[in-house]
Amino acid sequence: MGYPYSHTSEVPIISEYFGDPEARTLDGWKARGGYQGLQKALEMSPDNVVELVKASGLRGRGGAGFPTGLKWSFMPKTKDKPHYLLCNADESEPGTFKDRELMRWVPHQLIEGCLIGAYAMGAEHVYIYCRGEFFEATQVLAKAVEDAYEAGIIGDDVLGSGKKIEVTVHAGAGAYICGEETGLMSSLEGDRGEPRVKPPFPAAVGAFGMPTTINNVETLAVIPHIIKNGGEWYRQWGSDKSPGTKLFCVSGHVNRPGNYELPLGFPLKDLIYDVCGGMIGDRALKAVIPGGSSVPLLSAEEAENCALCYEGVVEAGSMLGCASVIVMDETTDIVHQVTRMASFYAHESCGQCTPCREGTAWVTTILQRIEDGRGTEDDLDTLVELTEQMTGTTICVLSDSVAAPVQSSIEKFRGEYLALIRRGERVGAA
Amino acid sequence: MAKKTKQIEEPAVDLVTLTIDGQEVRVPHGTTLLQAAEGAGTEVPHYCYHPGLSSPAMCRLCLVEVEGAPKLLPSCTTTAAEGQVVRTQSDPATRMRRGVLEFYLLNHPLDCPICDQSGECELQDYVFAEGREHGRGRDAKRVLGRDDFGGDVLFYGDRCVMCTRCVRFMSEVEEKPLLTVVDRGNRAVIDTFFDQGLEQAEWAGNVVDICPVGALVSKDFLYKARAWDLKHTDSVCPNCSQGCNIELHTRDNLVHRIKPRTNPEVNGHWMCDYGRGRYEWLNRGDRLEAPVVNLEGRNRAMGWKPALEALKARIEALGDRSVKAVVSPFWSNEDIGEVTRLVDALGGGSVTFRSPRADDEVSLAGYEGLARRKDLAPNTQGAELLGCVRVGDDAGQGGLDDLADHDGVLLVLGDALDDVPDVVAPNAALVVYLGAYTSSALSEVDFHFPVTTFAEQEGTFTNHAGRVQRFWPALSGPGTARPAWLVLGALMGALQNAEGPSRADHAFGLVAKAVKSYKGMNYETIGAQGTPSQARETVSGD
Repeated sequence: MGYPYSHTSEVPIISEYFGDPEARTLDGWKARGGYQGLQKALEMSPDNVVELVKASGLRGRGGAGFPTGLKWSFMPKTKDKPHYLLCNADESEPGTFKDRELMRWVPHQLIEGCLIGAYAMGAEHVYIYCRGEFFEATQVLAKAVEDAYEAGIIGDDVLGSGKKIEVTVHAGAGAYICGEETGLMSSLEGDRGEPRVKPPFPAAVGAFGMPTTINNVETLAVIPHIIKNGGEWYRQWGSDKSPGTKLFCVSGHVNRPGNYELPLGFPLKDLIYDVCGGMIGDRALKAVIPGGSSVPLLSAEEAENCALCYEGVVEAGSMLGCASVIVMDETTDIVHQVTRMASFYAHESCGQCTPCREGTAWVTTILQRIEDGRGTEDDLDTLVELTEQMTGTTICVLSDSVAAPVQSSIEKFRGEYLALIRRGERVGAA
Repeated sequence: MAKKTKQIEEPAVDLVTLTIDGQEVRVPHGTTLLQAAEGAGTEVPHYCYHPGLSSPAMCRLCLVEVEGAPKLLPSCTTTAAEGQVVRTQSDPATRMRRGVLEFYLLNHPLDCPICDQSGECELQDYVFAEGREHGRGRDAKRVLGRDDFGGDVLFYGDRCVMCTRCVRFMSEVEEKPLLTVVDRGNRAVIDTFFDQGLEQAEWAGNVVDICPVGALVSKDFLYKARAWDLKHTDSVCPNCSQGCNIELHTRDNLVHRIKPRTNPEVNGHWMCDYGRGRYEWLNRGDRLEAPVVNLEGRNRAMGWKPALEALKARIEALGDRSVKAVVSPFWSNEDIGEVTRLVDALGGGSVTFRSPRADDEVSLAGYEGLARRKDLAPNTQGAELLGCVRVGDDAGQGGLDDLADHDGVLLVLGDALDDVPDVVAPNAALVVYLGAYTSSALSEVDFHFPVTTFAEQEGTFTNHAGRVQRFWPALSGPGTARPAWLVLGALMGALQNAEGPSRADHAFGLVAKAVKSYKGMNYETIGAQGTPSQARETVSGD
């Protein structure tokens, strides 16, 4: 169920108990069918668990949409080294607030998913890396882990199966880049949170140099349900390429912003006008960022026919990312919005790769100058060219994340930039 | 024993064939594209990659186009694969480099006219070769300013390209992580930890060497010379028995700095701060410049010919006398070899040397076999192999008491006897001193012969492990100073009516004949990187 608002179009699987404080407790979770998925998984062979996840077609919910079962199958079968499962709870993408709710309301659902994943991949230790600013969510999760240890669900003998799985909740110090999987590993190890070059991939050399798989909170949260109900059951929602349901974090100029769990492929238009109760004050839609601030903007026309699944958003000219829908109405100053986003990425760049370190800051400086009315038309060409220099040239994709909104906004809203440059006219200015 | 664990053997090498810029290259399996290109004669621009350090692939300058890869790949970490087609000069690769170089210059102060690195700066070189003609930055540059990192190292933050070679050197090679990156994004800056600076390090000078730009500079060298005015001469560090390969950088006949020269068998890319900082003695001005002969109680300067004739006459007039010699292990094998030959020619006698020794070794944690040795002289091993015996204490003093009563001939090479309070060997029938400097102990010697230091002549040192290494003349000696081997060879030639060695390699040939473990060695086989001898089996040295 969506939180704080809900809607009849929703298919609440992982969000069913949002807003239900009882579901936070171990007993409350068990009363709601909790840990049955884990029990069932422990009765299966690890390989069968992986196969079942593969069959469900579940794709990673962290943004890239990589098939989860396939990712799990990359883990080496040999046991000469410890294996690790990392849960990426460093949810920092502007516009995204789904993992926080999953941890706040149903922490045991996540723990159950982690334990199933660890069992399937032969990992004896799970680290849940929480975003530094998630104080409440981290506390709730830590309490749940403690309770699960006491109940014998985590520990030397998981649910009496003889399997040993440890779970550690680790709080970051508040850095966007620690949500990048290899940056997260560096941070977890105590180093600066700096992404690493791939290859080697984490399944070969990951956290502490050991085979590691890293999954998003939402991905792991849905695992118990898939185990309990089967892959075919999960495939009844969504499209062939994007099966299942997804939490959509809607923010911006809509009447009812919040989290909504909807089948993938849901029309963006319906999400805005039906599920979210339409635009505030019935103003006209100007642009939508469909997947968190690092993906290209969609203009109102592009948003019109966009289906919210991985392939559908690509078709519309953007990416689903982590399905964080930021809705902007006609009063939005696009230049200001893009500048704000760019300054966020400039602030969060780890500073390793030159194109990102220098580029994100330079883009921000130029945008701020344009916003201040001191820009030139050449600046737009410079922005386009230097964001090209920032695309595909770095270790991780942070610098691409600045490039996408800058390029797409100049392409789609060039007029607003030019108005500022030529006449100092600002949209939405009083 | 020397800790040489690296076995040089020919393993069954798996070769892969790939094409780099249209040229077919065969390299061993595991070679990176950057190394493979280097082997094919193409330098791929790079900053963060250094052969002695790990590769974080973060400078993004070495990206190359690999056929079939969706993006440009970092050539420093991508290994060569069979059939790969690599393009370092294709349009995407050069466009990318141009872009990255523009980013580098965005906040760079362009203060080349006052930058010590100017002329040997990789940013300068790359930008001149491939950069944009004009920058597009119109905004104020970031200013970080200067910081004293401690020791000999000064940091100019604005010139830094954030390659982190220095940070990695300190953590991976010296294994004292005294440098780190502070903050992130374009506020990121290299820094020390509060009050803990590089004065706590023993190898910190290397961070100046590996800094590709003028961000880390040597305080000692600051503003002393422009890089293009310096003459570089291959040499061997004279400040301990490790024998690090070095370059002497000279201008106006003065050594301005010492830089390590790569030799994987001895010092890799590195050298210690102790060795690097001790070159001033090579620049001393108070040098002997002409032979000075004591004739009837008066010191007279004269040319070599009359001086040597006078010495020959004195020796012949003395007849058979006992002979003693004191040599310095800071002088070359060729010089010491000629002393031992002369002593033998005069009927034989003891040849001793004194050398300073430190209490402990300063090893480089991350590079096996490299240390500032206890033995602080460069050629102790060479002297011992020539039959010389070490006397005196660890300060390189004392041990000369037997000279007080010596009534025969005394030869002194190089050792200025600074610690001897009175006139040396007052009862000796003849004292000949061949050296660079004089002292009160030497005020009454019969023959003062000015000779060149190792930096002013060609020759060899034998390091602690018995490795014979060559050096070349970087400076010209003062006045009529000549290499000691040449002077002594001429003297012996005169005494025996024979030709003495006229070239350094001849002199070494005589040494190689005298020392069993140098068998078969000559200057050609020693080359620029040295040759190991079997010395360690026969001599207890370090």
